[in-house]
Amino acid sequence: MDPIHQFEIKTLFPITHIGGAEIAFTNSALFMVIGLLVILLLMLGATGSRAMVPGRLQAVAEMSYEFVASTLRSTAGSEGMKFFPLVFSLFMFILVLNVMGIVPYTFTVTSHIIVTVALALLVFFTVIIYGFWKNGWRFLKLFVPSGIPIYILPLVTFIEVLSFLSRPVSHSVRLFANMLAGHITLKVFGGFVTMLSALGFLGWLGAILPLGLTVALTALELLVAFLQAYVFAILTCIYLNDAIHPGH
Amino acid sequence: MDPQAAKMIGAGIACIGMGGAGVGVGTIFGHYLAAALRNPSAAQGQFGNLIFGFAVTEALGIFSLLIALLLLFAL
Repeated sequence: MDPIHQFEIKTLFPITHIGGAEIAFTNSALFMVIGLLVILLLMLGATGSRAMVPGRLQAVAEMSYEFVASTLRSTAGSEGMKFFPLVFSLFMFILVLNVMGIVPYTFTVTSHIIVTVALALLVFFTVIIYGFWKNGWRFLKLFVPSGIPIYILPLVTFIEVLSFLSRPVSHSVRLFANMLAGHITLKVFGGFVTMLSALGFLGWLGAILPLGLTVALTALELLVAFLQAYVFAILTCIYLNDAIHPGH
Repeated sequence: MDPQAAKMIGAGIACIGMGGAGVGVGTIFGHYLAAALRNPSAAQGQFGNLIFGFAVTEALGIFSLLIALLLLFAL
């Protein structure tokens, strides 16, 4: 009945110990591997036939490719297309893990902040390293917007630096908190159903209401799962655009 | 006051901040819809901006949720 219980990480089989930390194959790792296999099979199966008129599987792969490519092209320009593999991998990985997590008795990998922080820091450091590698010190123009009166420029620069540094925080916590809150809500409403149905016949009648709400919430969660993957991808594109074209 | 009780009250107060994010997200989607109904042909081109504004606004609500979660589970 504990709504937090679903997020517990269980060790499936231990591998080794490094220092005091245990290195083990957990259910989190298992679902990451499953998600990876799903994407791999989808892409291999879709590109295997390469028909002129796409079948269902090929249409899914082509639609997801076109979707991410048009998002990246419209936010970061055609120069940004060299980052297509990164953005597409992030989008598909998060989307598949989010959608898989809605299925009962599965584990939602993206509801753990350590996973989302790792993904967000990957994007953050990609932006910094590529920005300095491509633009040199001109990358710092990102923090000094042009056309600002000189007397408020220090304040604006300070705010720009602060908002740049808080990017990985909001980028990772958004995905994590949405997944966590959504799944806790689902489990709480599921708990209402079992609590009411334990009361007898009248309870059974009353339990129809939270049961219907659970179904509706699952549909909402499906929307959120897609939307959060899209938001993560489009923010990645916008941050990469800063690295490619600094200066406002 | 019992520190555990104070933590719980603090987490509840922190969640008030999410109301502001709710107002902001509602404003963004409401204005997008109003503008999209006036000029449906231009709506598709602004979808990226819509999601970006939504994400930036939502981040502020997420920060207050983060404080609540930290109070409940981490501190």
